[in-house]
Amino acid sequence: MTEITHYSQVWTHRTPRKRLLLWGGWLALVALFVWCWQLMNENTIWFFVADAPRQAADIGGRMVPPRWEYFPELMQPLWDTINIATLGTIGGVIMAVPVAFMAARNTTPSATILRPIALFIIVASRSINSLIWALLLVAIIGPGLLAGIVAIALRSIGFVGKLLYEAIEETDAKQIEAIQATGASGAQVLNYGIVPQIMPAFWGISVFRWDINIRESTILGLVGAGGIGLKLQASLNTLAWSQVSVILLLILATVVLSEWVSARVRHAII
Amino acid sequence: MSAPDQYPSTWRRPPQIVTDRRWRLALQIGIVVYLVLAIGSVEVNWSRVYEGLERGQRFIMGFLQPDFASRWRDISQGLVESLTMTLTSTVVGVAISVPIGIGAARNLAPRWIYYICRAIIAVSRALQEIIIAIFFVAMFGFGPFAGFLTLSFATIGFIAKLLADDIEEIDETQAEAIRSTGASWWQLVNYAVQPQVMPRLIGLSLYRLDINFRESAVIGIVGAGGIGATLNTAIDRYEYDSAGAILLIIIAIVMVAEYSSSYLRKFLQ
Repeated sequence: MTEITHYSQVWTHRTPRKRLLLWGGWLALVALFVWCWQLMNENTIWFFVADAPRQAADIGGRMVPPRWEYFPELMQPLWDTINIATLGTIGGVIMAVPVAFMAARNTTPSATILRPIALFIIVASRSINSLIWALLLVAIIGPGLLAGIVAIALRSIGFVGKLLYEAIEETDAKQIEAIQATGASGAQVLNYGIVPQIMPAFWGISVFRWDINIRESTILGLVGAGGIGLKLQASLNTLAWSQVSVILLLILATVVLSEWVSARVRHAII
Repeated sequence: MSAPDQYPSTWRRPPQIVTDRRWRLALQIGIVVYLVLAIGSVEVNWSRVYEGLERGQRFIMGFLQPDFASRWRDISQGLVESLTMTLTSTVVGVAISVPIGIGAARNLAPRWIYYICRAIIAVSRALQEIIIAIFFVAMFGFGPFAGFLTLSFATIGFIAKLLADDIEEIDETQAEAIRSTGASWWQLVNYAVQPQVMPRLIGLSLYRLDINFRESAVIGIVGAGGIGATLNTAIDRYEYDSAGAILLIIIAIVMVAEYSSSYLRKFLQ
C-alpha cells in the first residue's frame, strides 16, 4: 500500500484538471462570441445605434396617448384573426393525426418507409415559422385569410404531430393487448385500445396549439395574410404610432385572454 | 329486485370528456354555429387561387431542384448574419437572464426584487419577437444589430422564467446544509443552488440557441437582418429555386441543431 504523501489543505469543488478544462471551455466561448460579434457588426452603423435613445423617446412620445377612436375599426380584423387561428388549428389537427399515427413506433404501418417520411414532415413543418409559411402562401394563393389559415395549419402539423405521436408511443400496451385478445381487428384496436388513451392528450395539445396560433395569427398580416396584422402593417407604414399602440394593446389583451382560456380548458381536461 | 326484461344487445362507448348530455349537445351546436359563421366570413378569390396553383407548382419544383449557386453570395451573407446573431444573442441573453432568474426565485430574493424581476420576465414574454423587432429596427436601423437585440430580449424572458422556476424547485435540504455552515448568500448560490440548476441551465441555453436560430430566420422579414431578409427578397422576386434552397438550408440547420443539442443535453445530464 502506498502512503498518501500530500493532503490538500483547502477543499475545492473541482480537480485542477477539470478546472483547466472548464476555463478552456469558457475561453473558447468568449473567443467565439467576440469573433461572431465582429462578423455580425461589420456593417452596423454605430451612429444609428448611438441615436437610438432619441428615436425611442420620439416613438414613445408619438405612441401615447393611444388613438382610441381607432378601436371600433379593429373589431372585424380581430374576428378574422380568431378565425385564422381556429380554422387553421382545426385544419392542422386533421392533417396531423394521420402523420402522428404513421410516426409512432407502435402504430406505424411501415417502420422503414412511412415512419421516416412522417418524421420528416414533422421536422419540416416545425422548423419553418408560420410567418415564412404565410410569406410563401401569399405569393402562391394571393393575400387574404385563406393564406393565413393554410399557413397556420401547415405550421401546426409539426407541433401537434410530434406531441401526439409521443403520446401514442406512451400508451399502455396492456390495454391494447386486452382489446387484441378479444379478436378485434386493427381498426377496432385503434378505436377502442389507443384512441381512448390519447384522447385527453389530444384535446390538451389542440387547445395548447390554438393558444399559440392566436398569438401567431396576430402578426401574419405583416406579410399580407389577413387579420389584425394587416392593420398593424398599415399603421406602421403610415407611421401612425398612436394607432400602433392601440393595436398592440388589443393584441396583448387577446393573447392574455386566449392563454387564460387554454389554461382553464387544459386544467379541466387533464 | 326484478331483472330488466331486456338487456341492451349493443354497447355504446361512454363519453370521455364532457359527460353531461345537455352540455355536450350545447357544445356541439355551438361549434357548428361558429364554424358556419367563421367559414362564411372567409372570402376566397378562387380565380386568384387557381392562377396561383401554377406558381405553387413552380415553387414545389424549386424545392425539389433548389438553386444554391446563383444567389450564393446573398445566401451565405444571410446565413453568416443569422448564425452570428444567434450565438451572440444567446450568450448575452443568458448572461442577463441569470441574475434576473435568481432575482425572480422566491426562495433567494426579497419580495420587492422578486416582483421587479417577474415583471421584466412578463414584459419580455408577452410580446412576440417580430413586434419587438419592428421597434428595434425603427430605433437602431436595419441590420443584424436590431435582430441581435430582439433575440437577446426574447431570450431573457424564456431563460429567466424557466431558471427561476427551477431554482424554486431545488432540494431545500442541500441549501439548508450549506446555510448551516454559516455560508453567505453568495456562497449559498454558488455551492447549493448552482450545482443543482447548472445542467438544466446549460440544457435550456442550448434549446434557446436552437429557437433563436429559427427566430432569426423570421425577424429578417421586418428588416432585422439574417437569412429571413434573403428569403423575403427571393420570394418577392419569384425566384422560387433560390427560396427553396434557403428553406432547405434552414431545415437542415434546424435539424442538425436539434439533434446535436438533444445529444449534448443527454451527455451533460
